Amino acid sequence: MSLIEEVDLGTPRSKSETMVTLTIDGKQVSVPEGTSIMRAAMEAGHQIPKLCATDMVDAFGSCRLCLVEIEGRAGTPASCTTPVMPGLVVHTQTERLKTLRKGVMELYISDHPLDCLTCGANGDCELQDMAGAVGLRDVRYGYEGENHVFAKSNSEVNAAWMPKDESNPYFTYDPSKCIVCSRCVRACEEVQGTFALTISGRGFDSRVSPGMSESFLGSECVSCGACVQACPTATLTEKSVIEIGQPEHSVVTTCAYCGVGCAFKAEMRGEEVVRMVPYKDGKANRGHSCVKGRFAWGYTNHKERILKPMIRERIEDPWREVSWDEAFSFAATKMRGIQKKYGRDAIGGITSSRCTNEETYLVQKLIRAGFGNNNVDTCARVCHSPTGYGLATTFGTSAGTQDFDSVEETDVVVVIGANPASAHPVFASRLKKRLRQGAKLIVIDPRRTEMVESPHVKALHLPLMPGTNVAVMTALAHVIVTEGLVNEAFVRERCDWSEFEEWAAFVAQPNNSPEATAILTGVDPKVLREAARTYATGGNGAIYYGLGVTEHSQGSTTVMAIANLAMATGNIGRPGVGVNPLRGQNNVQGSCDMGSFPHELPGYRHIAGDAVREQFEALWNVKLNPEPGLRIPNMFDAAVEGTFMGLYVQGEDILQSDPNTSHVVAALSAMECVIVHDLFLNETANYAHVFLPGSSFLEKDGTFTNAERRIQRVRKVVTPKNGMADWEVTIGLAKAMGFEMNYNHPSEIMDEIAALTPTFAGVSYAKLEELGSVQWPCNEKAPEGTPVMHIDGFVRGKGKFVVTEYVATDERTGPRYPLLLTTGRILSQYNVGAQTRRTENVVWHAEDRLEIHPHDAEQRGVRDGDWVRLKSRAGETTLRAEITDRVAPGVVYTTFHHPDTQANVITTDYSDWATNCPEYKVTAVQVSPSNGPSDWQKAYDAQARHSRRIAPAEAAE
Amino acid sequence: MSPDRLIYMANQIGKFFQSQGHDKAVPGIAEHIKKFWDPRMKRAIFAHLDAGGAGLEPNVREAIASLKQTTALPTAP
Repeated sequence: MSLIEEVDLGTPRSKSETMVTLTIDGKQVSVPEGTSIMRAAMEAGHQIPKLCATDMVDAFGSCRLCLVEIEGRAGTPASCTTPVMPGLVVHTQTERLKTLRKGVMELYISDHPLDCLTCGANGDCELQDMAGAVGLRDVRYGYEGENHVFAKSNSEVNAAWMPKDESNPYFTYDPSKCIVCSRCVRACEEVQGTFALTISGRGFDSRVSPGMSESFLGSECVSCGACVQACPTATLTEKSVIEIGQPEHSVVTTCAYCGVGCAFKAEMRGEEVVRMVPYKDGKANRGHSCVKGRFAWGYTNHKERILKPMIRERIEDPWREVSWDEAFSFAATKMRGIQKKYGRDAIGGITSSRCTNEETYLVQKLIRAGFGNNNVDTCARVCHSPTGYGLATTFGTSAGTQDFDSVEETDVVVVIGANPASAHPVFASRLKKRLRQGAKLIVIDPRRTEMVESPHVKALHLPLMPGTNVAVMTALAHVIVTEGLVNEAFVRERCDWSEFEEWAAFVAQPNNSPEATAILTGVDPKVLREAARTYATGGNGAIYYGLGVTEHSQGSTTVMAIANLAMATGNIGRPGVGVNPLRGQNNVQGSCDMGSFPHELPGYRHIAGDAVREQFEALWNVKLNPEPGLRIPNMFDAAVEGTFMGLYVQGEDILQSDPNTSHVVAALSAMECVIVHDLFLNETANYAHVFLPGSSFLEKDGTFTNAERRIQRVRKVVTPKNGMADWEVTIGLAKAMGFEMNYNHPSEIMDEIAALTPTFAGVSYAKLEELGSVQWPCNEKAPEGTPVMHIDGFVRGKGKFVVTEYVATDERTGPRYPLLLTTGRILSQYNVGAQTRRTENVVWHAEDRLEIHPHDAEQRGVRDGDWVRLKSRAGETTLRAEITDRVAPGVVYTTFHHPDTQANVITTDYSDWATNCPEYKVTAVQVSPSNGPSDWQKAYDAQARHSRRIAPAEAAE
Repeated sequence: MSPDRLIYMANQIGKFFQSQGHDKAVPGIAEHIKKFWDPRMKRAIFAHLDAGGAGLEPNVREAIASLKQTTALPTAP
């Protein structure tokens, strides 16, 4: 194995289809029109020296190293900023160029330290490479004059010298090594879209400056790492590289955080990860990353990781470390015992959207075939199950319709109940790039999110009251129908016309107009009408939505309302349009595909279907139960009732992530055997009897499927610290329960999935190796996968319009609970925080805060930073307030990343009518000043401490 | 399972289908419960129906009655 070197072609790829032929150093070269001479030369195998150019950002032409000579043209133009023309004859190496380049390099090096041997970038420095490439042998200017290199010059303090900025936990900024090529500034602008960096001063005084000469940590920097990647010197360097040294081999793998599914090179020394670098060939991220995937992988080595299996009889007992065999047999005896006592349906399991497809598939197989029931569900229940129901009903399949590249062809972007800048940052960067090119943005969200406020982007913001999504969607449809903006040709050809007519008549009713619904939604009817017209008539319209759509009592209805809008305007079935759920976790799409829902087998086929079930029965050699099983909230209800007594949870912290924590505590406490399979003693483990240590994404092989249906490889770079990959653990547990599953490698599991699932029929590890990734459906009809769905027709045949009547949630505000609480994420933390809280990311977000409008705060005597009590009908907690007008009066907002806040103590049992997806996004609350933790928080903390004790190992005889 | 919770869930399903009119709503509700409820939930709501079905909206009650007639649930294992 060696380091994967990605060739930097200097300038971005041109999308033109017109080819241009020219001669470079005597070679005929054909490249797309608009390509730079630099890139054309690189493609022909001739590397032109360069410093300020990199193919992640547009050409800039500042370093003057990439000069070339062109026959018939005067001077020595920069090859990065000079486009190719037919018939040009270019020379990249002449006497004149050699002299010029040497002169340029000599000037650069005259203001650069010569500590190459001890420099962090030693072995990976473009400046060093270029000095070598141009044959620099001497620097005639000396170092006595003005410089940025030395703290003291001529025994006086050097005012031009700046100390290292080590404020960012993951990388350092050493201004003394900076050559002011501005690659970092441009990466921050063009790739990330944050505009945190600039060049301050002019000429010799030019410096890279985060914000207004702030520290990196103190500036707007979001620590995505694009600048570090772009830096050609040691100026911006990962601290891990400084500590460890340069990596010697690398492996391409997939990030285990959000649903964007960024491809990374895990750069290694032996089995030590040196750094994670985004992979330019990754089709989801195209070489970009965010602070989580790029830097927050330290949790994989965290001291709190549990590496040995543990068991206990009662949750009051301390844990006892045991062998794998003992843990499996203890768990199996308990689970089989429960089935004997309470019936076959009294146990079940939960698959994880953080685990691989193969692992998820095995867990549902164990439950359906080994437990003999269908009590399998997945954490997607509490996030995107309404997407499954809604898109399957309207389009015929439960998946986003586009690939991420599609956004490059979008003219109008509608973001509903999602904050990609925080939760799907790499997609947000791609989206913002398109918006800066002129695409329009409509944001439908109770909060003025980072998307609304991002630089150089003007958004049309519809700040609706939480819980009124359906009313807003229907009002948008009302405008489209009554103003004659429907794409009738599309609807007639592609959809069921009579269903459309029924729907159109419904939405056209005056009570669905923006004016009539404004009293519920709080959205200005003029703004809403403008949004509807823009979406319907502004060219390619694409909808991206998140959990702000699904996690409501009308979540499924809103998903269908979104699908209605897309069909009515013809915005489906080609690049640039579509309906795109932004999946929360890395493998939400995959875990749903793999048959994690109690009612359906892999590939979204209902368990009651005899033909499908018989296929599985034949291959698994077992009779399957045709009745759907329990969904997660139903499991809790059944546990409290006493008919569901054993649970195997892989990689999900249900106690922290599910709503109404006290109800979950009651359910878990009632169970006789809870098996937690995880990296850490998470909150659920406080109520567990068996703990099976898990392996991190660095320690196993498998695949993840991202939000665009892209199946990508996860590759093992480190031996599992717990001794077994998660798929092996599930096999071990199954075997102890008397159900044998024989696989030698996850690729064999994928082969079984492909054999049983028509949309995966063409998927194999060999194909993933060959193509890098594929988007399902991947089968005979689409051997290389399907970037855009529903091109010639919907999966279900005719698109189905569904009448979506607004039904107010039963969670109502009133005198005792006058405010509405909604929840969301922050960039630096992920989900329940089990991973990110165990990294340096806590410097950005050490605690959950309650955002409250100044008006509401003043009424209650709450000042910024004060402790407040947050109370709902379900429970109460305390946290600190942050006063901001990002939220409207009457609305408060918090994140749910920290177990000591436990935002879910507050959230209620209300759920989506179709799928029981909890209504996290609407809770009526009261806020009042407080002195400290609530009684519940104190009791919880005491129980957690007590429950996490591990008995000291007994001395060997 | 607690009938109150199941009655609430069933009525919530009923509310979605209400705007489609009685003739579509009743089979719609029945189909939804058939596809997504586990046997113990079905048994409990059928038992509740037999006990008078208090609290069930008319369409929902009709849907559950029709579902009950066409469903042969395994006895509790």
